[in-house]
Order: sequence, then C-alpha cells, then structure tokens
Amino acid sequence: MVAAPEPASPTPTPLVSLRGISKRFPGVQANADVDLDIYPGEIHALLGENGAGKSTLAKILYGFYRSDAGRILVRGETVAIHSPLEGRRQQIGMVFQDFTLIPAFSVAENIALFLPDLNFVMDGRAVRRRIESISRRYELEVDPDALVSQLSIGEQQKVELIKQLLADARILILDEPTRVLALHEVDALFRVLEGLRRDGYAILLITHKLKEVLQGADRITVLRGGRVAGSLLRAEASEDRLVGLMFSRKVDRPAERHPGRRPPAYDETPVLKLQGLSTRGEGAETSLKDIDLSVYPGEIVGVAGVSGNGQRELGDVILGMTGVAHGRRILLGEDATALSVGGMRRRGVGFVAENPLTMSAVPFMTVLENLVLTQIDLYARRGGWAMNWDAVRAEAVREFERFGFSLPLDAPARSLSGGNLQRMVIVRELAHRPRLIVASYLTRGLDVQSAEAARRALVRAREDGAGVLLMSEDLEELLALSDRLVVLFAGRIAGIFCPEDTDAIRLGRLMTGGGETEIRHG
Amino acid sequence: MARASPDGLRWMRLLGGLARSVVVFAVALILFGLILVAAGKDPVRAILETLRSTLGTGYGLSEVLVKMTPLLLTAVAVALPSRLGLINVGGEGQLYMGACFGTWVALSFPPWPAGLLLPSMLAMGMLGGGLWALLPAWLRARGLVNETITTLLMNYVAPSIATFLIYGPWRSPFNSMYPQTVDFVEAARLPTLFDTRVHVGLIAALALVALYGFVMRATRWGVEIRAIGGNPQAARRCGIPVPSYIVAALCLGGAAAGLAGIVEVAGLHGRLRPGFSPGFGYMGFLISWLSFGNPIGMVVMSFVAAVISLGGDVLQIKQGLPYAVVNILLALTLYVVLARPSLPRRRGA
Repeated sequence: MVAAPEPASPTPTPLVSLRGISKRFPGVQANADVDLDIYPGEIHALLGENGAGKSTLAKILYGFYRSDAGRILVRGETVAIHSPLEGRRQQIGMVFQDFTLIPAFSVAENIALFLPDLNFVMDGRAVRRRIESISRRYELEVDPDALVSQLSIGEQQKVELIKQLLADARILILDEPTRVLALHEVDALFRVLEGLRRDGYAILLITHKLKEVLQGADRITVLRGGRVAGSLLRAEASEDRLVGLMFSRKVDRPAERHPGRRPPAYDETPVLKLQGLSTRGEGAETSLKDIDLSVYPGEIVGVAGVSGNGQRELGDVILGMTGVAHGRRILLGEDATALSVGGMRRRGVGFVAENPLTMSAVPFMTVLENLVLTQIDLYARRGGWAMNWDAVRAEAVREFERFGFSLPLDAPARSLSGGNLQRMVIVRELAHRPRLIVASYLTRGLDVQSAEAARRALVRAREDGAGVLLMSEDLEELLALSDRLVVLFAGRIAGIFCPEDTDAIRLGRLMTGGGETEIRHG
Repeated sequence: MARASPDGLRWMRLLGGLARSVVVFAVALILFGLILVAAGKDPVRAILETLRSTLGTGYGLSEVLVKMTPLLLTAVAVALPSRLGLINVGGEGQLYMGACFGTWVALSFPPWPAGLLLPSMLAMGMLGGGLWALLPAWLRARGLVNETITTLLMNYVAPSIATFLIYGPWRSPFNSMYPQTVDFVEAARLPTLFDTRVHVGLIAALALVALYGFVMRATRWGVEIRAIGGNPQAARRCGIPVPSYIVAALCLGGAAAGLAGIVEVAGLHGRLRPGFSPGFGYMGFLISWLSFGNPIGMVVMSFVAAVISLGGDVLQIKQGLPYAVVNILLALTLYVVLARPSLPRRRGA
C-alpha cells in the first residue's frame, strides 16, 4: 500500500529548521548564523560559490559535523544530531559527492548493509523486492544483482538514493548531485526528485548551477561567505538576482593595472595553442570538450570557473599528464600532442599545481631536493653519476631572494606549512624562465604579502615574454592580472573576454551555467 | 649544546636503525626460544651452539660468508625496486632464471677461456633474471597488474623450468643417482679466496651493494627514484618518466637476483641442481625490508641471516631439529618487523 500523497504546496510547519547555525574551522568561518527552513514536498536549493559554506551546513544537518552554535529542529522540536547515526534516526539522509558504496559488492548487498533492520541472516530476496518496488515508483531502475564497480556514476547515484529511501529518510540532502552527471542523467535525476517531492519528501539540493535551480527548485537559499545572502521562492528568482546574491559586487571594476603594462605579443606564434581538444575523463573527472585556446607570449590568460569544471583536467592535459582524445596541443608552434610531461618540461613548461602537497612536492625530500626535480638535467654531472648540489643551492638562494621568500633549504618538505610549500613550488616552477606557465590557484594558502609577491612574480614572467595560463576562483585576482579571460563550465569554454569588457556578474552567470555562451576571439 | 652536522645526523640515524634491528632480533630470538622449549630443547644451549659453530671458528665464519653472498644480491634485487615503492617478491624465480641462463653458457661453450666464459656467464645470468622481471615490470608500468602478485607467481614457474632442463636436455650422463648437469669446466668456476669455499662472488656482491648505495645517494637517478617513491604523482608532474623507472628498477633488481643465481652455481656448486636455493630470494626480501634498503644495514642483515641459515644446519645435525626451524625464526623476525608501527614504512606506489 502506498501512503496518500501529501500536497505539494509547502505546509505551515517546516520538516527541518536550522536556527543560528555557526561553524568555525581553523582560519575560516564556514557558517555564520544561518537560518534555514525546509518544508515537506519541496526541493530547496542551497546555492553558492565554492567555499560559501554549503557542504558544511549540510554536513551539520546530517550530523557529520557539530555546529559551534545554533540548533536544529525536526518537525518543530529541537533535536540533538551529533552523528550521522542520529541524523538517520531523525530520517535525514545524505548523498555525498564521493559515494560511499563498496565496489566489490552488488547493488543489493550495498543497500542491505545500510538498512537499519537488516537481519542476522540477510534475506536477499526481500531486499531485492524492496529495491524493485522503490525503483519502479521513482524511476530509479538499477539491476540489484549488478556489481557496483560495473555501474556508471549516474547509476551509482541512483543506488545511493534507493539506499536512503529504503532506510526511511524523509529529508534528503544531495551534495552537488549533478557535478558528475551527463546531461541526460541530470534530466533523469530531476524527474526522480520531482516524484519524491510529490510524495512529500523534503529535498535539500546543494549546487552552484543556476539553470538547474531555476528549473527544479521550489525555494532557493543563497549562501555567501558562510552567511545567508538571501532566500527566494522560485517565482521571485531570476538569474541576475541569484548571481547578484552569490557574488559580491566589490569586484565590479578590475583593480588598477600597472600603467606601463606591455600588451601581449598577439602577432607572434602563441606559446600554447589548443585546437578542438577533448579528453576522456575517468570516474569523477570532468571530460574536456572541444577546447580552443591560445596563449601568446607576454600574455596572462585567466581561467575562471567553479572548481570541478575541468580546471584540473585542463592543466594536466596541457602538461601531458593525461592523453588527448581529440584535437591538438601545439607548443611554440610545434605539434606537442604526443609529448610526455618530461618533453613538455624540457621545452619550458612550468606548472603550479592546485595542491602542492599531493601534486607537486615529495614530502620526505628536502626543499633543495624538491627544487631540483623539474630541472635535474641542468644539475646532473658526469652523465648522471653526480649532482652539482652547490649549484642548486646557489641558484636556490638567488631565486628565493628574487621572489622575496625565505625557506630552510635543508628541511624536509613535509615540515613546511602549506604556504611555504606553495612558495617552494612557485620558485621551482618560475625560476628557469619558462616559456609557458600553467598555474592553478597560485595564491591559495599564501598570506597577503606572499600572495602579492607570487602575483608580482607571475607578472614579471609575463613581462619577460612567458605565456601564462592562470586558473583561479578569485575573480578579483583574475580580473586584475589577466589580459584575456576564459570561463570554464562543465569541461567547455563558456566564454572568452577582455577583463575591461566584463564584470563579476557576467562571469558569475557563465560560471554557473547561465546565459548564452559568449565567445569573442581576440 | 653541540649542533649536529648533517653527517652526524646520518650516523645517529644509522646507529638508531641498528639499535632497533638488534631489539627486533632479540624479540624474535625470545619467541624462537619459546618454540625450542615447546620442542623439548634447551633454547640457550641451542642458540649458543649455533653461535659457536658459525662465528666461533674460522671455518664457520667462512661458511657464513659463502651463505651471505647470494643473500646480498637478492637483497639488492628487492631493495632497488622498493625505493620506488615497488614490491619485488620474485627474487627466487629471478635467481633460478639467472642460474639457467648462466648455466647454458657454461654448458654450451666449455672451450672458451675463463676470461671470456665467466663474464659471459655472469652477463647471461643477469639477463635471465632481468628478463624474468620484465613481464611483471611491463604490466605494472602500464598500470595493469600489481607487481607483488606477478613476481610472486612467477617464482613457481622458474624453478620448474630449471628442473625441466636438468631432468631433460642438460642431465649429466655420468651420474644417474642425482639429477644434475655435468660439472662445469674449470674455466667456468669462480675463483675462491684463501683456500676456503668463499669465492669472488662475495666481492662482486659487496661491490654491487656499494654501487646501489652510491646510486641512491649521489646520482641523479637516485634523486629521481626517491622522488617517485616519495610521491609518484608529483614525480610524474615534474616530468620524471615514472613507467620507464618502474621497468628499469624491476629489471635491474631481477638482474641482481639472476646474478645471485649464477654466482651461487658457478662459485659454489659447479653444476646446476634442482632446488639449489634454499629460498635465497625470499631471504633477500626479508633482509631488504629489515634494513629498509639501507646498504650498510643490508650487509649486516645478510650476515645475520646467513648465521641463522647455517644455524639451521647445526640445529638439524646436533639437536635433531628439522631445518624448517630456520624458516620459523626468519618468519618471526619478519612478523616482529611488520608489527612495529613506529618505523617508517615504504608506501606503495
């Protein structure tokens, strides 16, 4: 028997209310005084930039984190949710960005593991029956006997949803569910959510994609810097209003540029040219689609975009870490599509990765040893049988001075703070006059002064004729440094601009998948 | 307070490592003693007897050096790939293939002078061991199959190939009692030292350990290998050709084990017999891990392992214990090592 469908219109009592939720992590206020109401039979979108505090808030509701202040009410009563188990007891279920399925188990086994009423001897048929009935009801078809390792990401998400539904969750939190989905899968997901909504489930949908929000959500709450910037009904919302709430207006005008800035050498051969380049992303990676991009000598091309839209993949495919599925990669006028990382490096490519600790540094090696890794040909002597460490040291001292950084050369890299690690990587990658610099989140983890020094270093490399591709989430930084700006969304270039011709609102709209693609070749 | 120089630090670390190793062995010996008690033997007497007959006499000591020779080489076979985060369990198989390849040269070209024959045998031995590691290396470099499994499984194949050759085409017509090849000609025998069974293979093995230590510490390849072992992701982004290093390290390791095989055959036995290795490959694995790839530690540990191995013979003869007790002691040592969480462990790539 099926419960009588509750009305889709919001009932007076919210199913869940958050009141005055605050949460501080070392160095960052993730949530500040957040109020939020989620009604049964509504899809409530939580919208915001990366780092706006969406995931933290959701995890507090689920019991994964504990808030510093504030309270949670379920059906009007204050409840204590201090662990996911307690969250589940309050019928709150969460589908994380990284799924929590066991690949070697079948769908039915994975779901059975999660059920609170699982018998000592598992009744596989009963579990399967329950899966099938719920699958039919909400268009969540999966084969209960398939191994999770053989399912696509979209199917795995369905399994996660079935899992929550069978465990009797009434409040469903979905953390960026569309990030990993193909377009047709997104449509299917929203049909599922629509069905759930009709049956009175409360759905909290975390996302930064405007289109989805405007299509699917009943109510939209925008977070900015951990605070509620605004809460709108769908009828009240428009792209412009939401973008205005998401991105602060203080970056409307690009910061003052260096007056004597030399224009990029647009008449010369571009240092990097990507022609119709596509990649095949594996697992949760974003596939790049048909990227056309040139970086000229003496030019900084900024890449704006919410992280996870292909920035990492773009950097890696330029460096040669991942293969090119279609299209060409041309370095300094020569086809470099098949070049290895080493080949790209030898031709003068510097690379500041988004996470220096996992992607750039060898933790137990000293700073000096880390510095030499990209330029080992320069310092190897006697055919490789010896290393000229004196030269490395002298060069390192000189370069650190030039950049205005100071680091202990003989300390192991793992003993450095995140900021110092980033300094080490910046010096290594910018020291040997690279022709092309790919820098992701250059100033992440740096204090104001070091961030300024790093930006100066980048600008100097530009003045020296290097081409720079700068990926960042900091729009202010991008607008101030870039000669041209591209917006990356879902693995595609959604727009190319001159910073003078655009503003944060327009960029924000493209970054969140709104508006028409704007491409103007410069 | 005295400031420790980098060299001083290195020595302190080395001494600390040795002290830890001594503790490990003490714990393992105590556990071993308990097993001896359970077998109804006097553990103190058994251990003292072992020490007396191995370290107490010139002959015993020379025999320890003989045993140590292949162990040093198989330890290098494990240690070199381990610096990349690779686990080569295949020393035993690589050793057998080295012995087979080298023996083929010895049997096929007996008229060659020693100056040509011996180097050819050693080179072929290394080639055999290296080739036996090539398949696991290639599969690992392509990211297809874990090298731990493939190298281990190939250990079961190589001795069978050796046995096939010995029972088949290479069987000596002169001795129908034991399956073995004919005795090598004099030119195919490694010279011995000081009128003992110690042969020049020991010097070669020590030289190879020293070379390994030098390469790791001072050369560009050492820097790049350590970078891969420390963070393969970062190493790749720095432009280090990680797959090539994987293949090279596993194959060179295999070559070292192959050298151990042919050195053992040409230096000690003078003929190829089935089952000539009492698990040198596995012991080398143990030695490499006990010493964390440190060259001096490898020499010390090889020596200790040789003493234990010989001690097994002594216990067998004098106390009537099966040779398997040696495996028990070695296994206990490994367990004690793996059970210590405080020591730096190599992380897999």
